Amino acid sequence: MVATRRIVLDAQGIDRALARVTHEILERNKGTDGLVLIGIRSRGVDLAQRLAHKIAAIEGVDVPTGIIDITLYRDDLNRATQQPQVMGTDVGFPIDDRQVVLVDDVLYTGRTVRAALDALIDFGRPRTVQLAVLVDRGHRELPIRADYVGKNLPTALYESVEVRLKERDGRDEVVLVAAESPPLLVKEGAKER
Amino acid sequence: MTYAHRHLLGLEGLSRDEILYLVDTSASFKEISEREIKKVPTLRGKTVVSLFYEPSTRTRTSFEIAAKRLSADFVSISSSGSSAAKGETLLDTARNIAAMRPDCLVIRHAAAGAAHFLAARLACPVVNAGDGAHEHPTQALLDLLTIRDHVGRLSDLRVALVGDVLHSRVARSDAHALRALGAEVRLIGPPTFLPPEAAAWGHVTHDLHAGVRGVDVIIMLRIQRERMGRNYFPSLDEYSRYFCLTRAALAEARKDVVVMHPGPINRGIEIASDVADGPASLIMEQVTNGVAVRMAVLFLLVNRVRATTRETAPAVERPRLRRTAG
Repeated sequence: MVATRRIVLDAQGIDRALARVTHEILERNKGTDGLVLIGIRSRGVDLAQRLAHKIAAIEGVDVPTGIIDITLYRDDLNRATQQPQVMGTDVGFPIDDRQVVLVDDVLYTGRTVRAALDALIDFGRPRTVQLAVLVDRGHRELPIRADYVGKNLPTALYESVEVRLKERDGRDEVVLVAAESPPLLVKEGAKER
Repeated sequence: MTYAHRHLLGLEGLSRDEILYLVDTSASFKEISEREIKKVPTLRGKTVVSLFYEPSTRTRTSFEIAAKRLSADFVSISSSGSSAAKGETLLDTARNIAAMRPDCLVIRHAAAGAAHFLAARLACPVVNAGDGAHEHPTQALLDLLTIRDHVGRLSDLRVALVGDVLHSRVARSDAHALRALGAEVRLIGPPTFLPPEAAAWGHVTHDLHAGVRGVDVIIMLRIQRERMGRNYFPSLDEYSRYFCLTRAALAEARKDVVVMHPGPINRGIEIASDVADGPASLIMEQVTNGVAVRMAVLFLLVNRVRATTRETAPAVERPRLRRTAG
């Protein structure tokens, strides 16, 4: 099966989007007071690190950065066709009364974010929880929206969005992939994770 | 990497990758027990039954806490308060429990092979929590996790297993796992406590002081007085004189050696109190890690069942029927 691929963000595009998102975060939260970043495994962690670096460059402050693994909170463990990999959560600071920014690569059905919110609440009671994503591809199945979006990318259900980041994949790009004879193959839509 | 088996009956025969996968997964569960709210919703609506035909404090409690931290319901049955006391056979008891549709059965029994026996006959996953002198896989996994936490690696290890190797299921599981990982294993004890097959697991010696020289880890084994039908040594006093891990014996080992013991310990018999409670001892950390290991095992086995029921169900057969019909 041949698939068509279109690069929607290159390395520079990703960097510019993250730079804008960084400024938006700082503007909305009026600086870094009480601000913490929590990345959702795997690529959300890399993106949270990048945002933290950009914040440090602008404000001269290192904001605490944590990691959440949502595997144990997924709503589809019952249907998993392969063994889920648990990589572990690491939130080494209290989140009570903090302004938490959850960071992920792609916002799709919203189920990952739902699980991340459940995981987060187990660690305390943040003052606010905001959501930053590199790509919002639409097709929400839950009432969830992002506060900061690197790129809004209208997609069809049979398309998939691939995010590659230097830290993990050797290069930076966001690619929209479409199967050649799409709608027949699609029943539930590709999973976002 | 995955753990593709339906049960966890022993570590013998598991590959190095499978063992490392179990240890890795266990490590990710440690953090949950450090939280203020020590519970994740992962196994909500699942039922874990433990069936213990032998006394246990640590293992049964550890499985129970692990199940509860995963939000599973946990039902605990011990032989003394059950129909086993009325003469019901193991299989009948287990079948009746299985008929209540648990999602996992944890069994401890004095007979080697009890867990295998049930695994072959029941529909739910079975975890061996100790079968006679055969295996105790979750104990060996928590030993490995503890070693990796402190020695920093699981490759190129030198490990001494000291004491009652003959009756020890912990020693067997440890030896199989350590061999799969390529470790150098030494077995130390009086000849009556070293089974003939021990020579295949590693280097056998009867001298504690010489045996512990150069090892990274010393795993002490409990003298299992309840399993002894005859005399394996002249007296406890004499046994401890030769094989008790004292500070003097410990001084023969590397400075950074770590000491482990599966518990319960016989103070002053196989291990001196000042060693068991001393800086080299990881005994309490083993217990802490035990919960993480059992969480990982329950998580993997219960999820595995869901996956298999989907995969092995009619998926293969159905399209063929459709074609002939249509």
